[in-house]
Amino acid sequence: MMAEDSSPTHFELFGLPQAFSIDRRQLDSRFRELQRKFHPDRYANAGDIERRLSAQQASRINEGYQILKDPLRRGRYLLELAGIVHDDEHRTTRDTGFLMEQMEMREELAGVRAADNALAALGGILDRISRDIDALVAELDGLFANGDAASLQAAGEAIMKLQFFRRLQDEAVELEVTLEDELA
Amino acid sequence: MALLQISEPGQSTAPHQHRLAAGIDLGTTNSLVASVRSGVAETLPDAQGRHLLPSVVRYHAGSDPVVGTAALAAAVDDPLNTIASVKRLMGRGVDDVRHIGDRLPYEFVDGSSGMPLLRTAGGDVSPVEVSAEILRSLKERAEQTLGGELAGVVITVPAYFDDAQRQATRDAGRLAGLNVLRLLNEPTAAAVAYGLDQASEGVIAIYDLGGGTFDISILRLNKGVFEVMSTAGNTGLGGDDMDRAVAHWIMGQAGIHAGAGHGQLRQLMQVARAAKEALTTQARVSIKVHRDDGSRWAGELTRAEFDELIGALVEKTLGPCRRALRDAGIRASEVQTVVMVGGSTRVPLVRARVADFFKAEPMVDIDPDKVVAVGAAIQADILVGNKPDDEMLLLDVIPLSLGLETMGGLTEKIIPRNTTIPTARAQEFTTFKDGQTAMSLHVVQGERELVDDCRSLARFELHDIPPMVAGAARIRVTFQVDADGLLNVTAEELTQGVKSGIEIKPSYGLSDHEIETMLRDSMAHATDDRDARRLREEQVEADRVLEALHSALAADGDRLLAADERAAIDAAAATLAARRNGSDYRAIRQAIETVEQASSAYVERRMNNSIRAAMAGHSVDEFKT
Repeated sequence: MMAEDSSPTHFELFGLPQAFSIDRRQLDSRFRELQRKFHPDRYANAGDIERRLSAQQASRINEGYQILKDPLRRGRYLLELAGIVHDDEHRTTRDTGFLMEQMEMREELAGVRAADNALAALGGILDRISRDIDALVAELDGLFANGDAASLQAAGEAIMKLQFFRRLQDEAVELEVTLEDELA
Repeated sequence: MALLQISEPGQSTAPHQHRLAAGIDLGTTNSLVASVRSGVAETLPDAQGRHLLPSVVRYHAGSDPVVGTAALAAAVDDPLNTIASVKRLMGRGVDDVRHIGDRLPYEFVDGSSGMPLLRTAGGDVSPVEVSAEILRSLKERAEQTLGGELAGVVITVPAYFDDAQRQATRDAGRLAGLNVLRLLNEPTAAAVAYGLDQASEGVIAIYDLGGGTFDISILRLNKGVFEVMSTAGNTGLGGDDMDRAVAHWIMGQAGIHAGAGHGQLRQLMQVARAAKEALTTQARVSIKVHRDDGSRWAGELTRAEFDELIGALVEKTLGPCRRALRDAGIRASEVQTVVMVGGSTRVPLVRARVADFFKAEPMVDIDPDKVVAVGAAIQADILVGNKPDDEMLLLDVIPLSLGLETMGGLTEKIIPRNTTIPTARAQEFTTFKDGQTAMSLHVVQGERELVDDCRSLARFELHDIPPMVAGAARIRVTFQVDADGLLNVTAEELTQGVKSGIEIKPSYGLSDHEIETMLRDSMAHATDDRDARRLREEQVEADRVLEALHSALAADGDRLLAADERAAIDAAAATLAARRNGSDYRAIRQAIETVEQASSAYVERRMNNSIRAAMAGHSVDEFKT
């Protein structure tokens, strides 16, 4: 008889080392391989129980894939696995320089409509956000590679900043779609 | 090769027997059925050689409804009893229909389930029943052509259909007596039709402009896996709107007033459609209409004028294109292939604007009217089990975010749009009163902040919560979206492990009870046929269950089962094997359920084992490299 052991982590499920830096191609190919085995379409003629179980497995595979391919969610998940409770949705940073920069970018975003070429101005802001996000992801790479308590603490701070940039990016993208629709 | 695959007569009881499957494109204007025959997926014509079945149903007092070309021909003379474009009404509420309905010449009455009914000479009918008539007609065509009963079908829906519209489509399939294996998104079906031909890899955009709906989907194709990255669209935009724009133009030119009779309006729409179709190849078309007073009007419409009439409509499709690209996180230039679907993509202006937008010449090799049905047939053939080694897999997304109503009429998103399905999210709730045993959840679909701006899907009433002090109960509600994009909700109180009873009140759908009643009514005259058919179905199912069980037990039964568990399974299987040869389909069904229950723990262990094996196999590979 087999013992029911605890369910594998997303990293284990995808056969990846538990680290912030991941092999994206391996993640993608592993995702396809797992879905080929467990997707409900593979059980279209099976009994109710097998269909239900396959839907559960496929949901888990999808969830794991979404978490691992997104640096923000992957970072949060790693902190969670390290036992660090990290509520970045409700905490705020004390890095005043960062907060100032955020405020400036928000003001700039709010003023975009008034610019001569609103789409070009917005494109500039979006490029800057992308660069800032890339820098934070690189920083997280180093911090998680160190892995000591102080580095993980700093990773929590960086994830919080990443979350700020993501929200800003979402708003900017939303505005871009709206502007393009209006201009069309 | 192919010759070896033709089975000999008399081998039909072999486990890998070819089963009949079909793909159905249930369209706003036309519907089609396709099947894979001798390895080729093709649409099936009717006895007169026509592939397209007009999605039109005409109701009569005291006789069966007529579907298709004959019904379409009566649309001008008998507009109230001739239902066209019913797809626009699927999963819609009374209020929506009032909005859509001012453009449809039918009489609506309020139904019992928040669903509107259409008043006809054959009685009041729901959009689901009208769609079921169309499906029934296609089912008959397929079964006559293929020479047997369909084991299963795949029905396509616009990617942008919400939960209520999908559920309504599934219900229509059930009412028509079909085994619906899967609801497949139309753009994904089109990609399948093209993908298998050309084995392409990379990013594909599928631009689908049908009679009444517009969809854009961005897919990534890699080694047989079609992964939908994003989808967007507009369920109220299509070729019908072009016809309407032309009809308006004619009315203005011919001095026909807006309050003209139903017959006159129908005639105008038909003339307008013919003009639109002519202008795909001609630079100008002459138009003649009869006015209600018997007089005639004749005029001419040029393609340039037509392009002007529809310009705004075509532009309206580009907004969703931009949104889909954003959601997929790619730029228009990264799209390698653009596939055109839907009859309306024959319009030259549409092709030109799409080519310009994606900077790529769109693919039109497969007839845009047939491509969706062909893709659905390929998927149906695989799902029904005819191609066990096929590597193809379709990973779709949920098109609109699912959310819950919170305080103050706001929504809280549970599952964001473009999440790959199937997917599950759990959320915990607590009680706010001492001794509270019930609570209600309102699920909505849409992207807006306010509940009133989203579509109401259903209200879930949770019962049997153990009475506790306020805030002590922990109710975990799980929202599961299946591969069809349909939502299922379960709830459990965690502190005491009690499953909550859930009562679902769909906002615009039929309850299971209503469907059962309709099914009974529609089959009342054919009880014997139905019983014979049920018996055959249950026997086939029994054989399948026993076959699967025996091969599983032979593989790992000894390893995974304790002696008492094995004995219980063997006993249940023996009962099923004995009843399988009897004539009581209910007894067979019951025995199947007993086998499934007895083996449920075993099945779960096998599945977990399989996951572990998949992981272990991978670590071994890694070790090697």
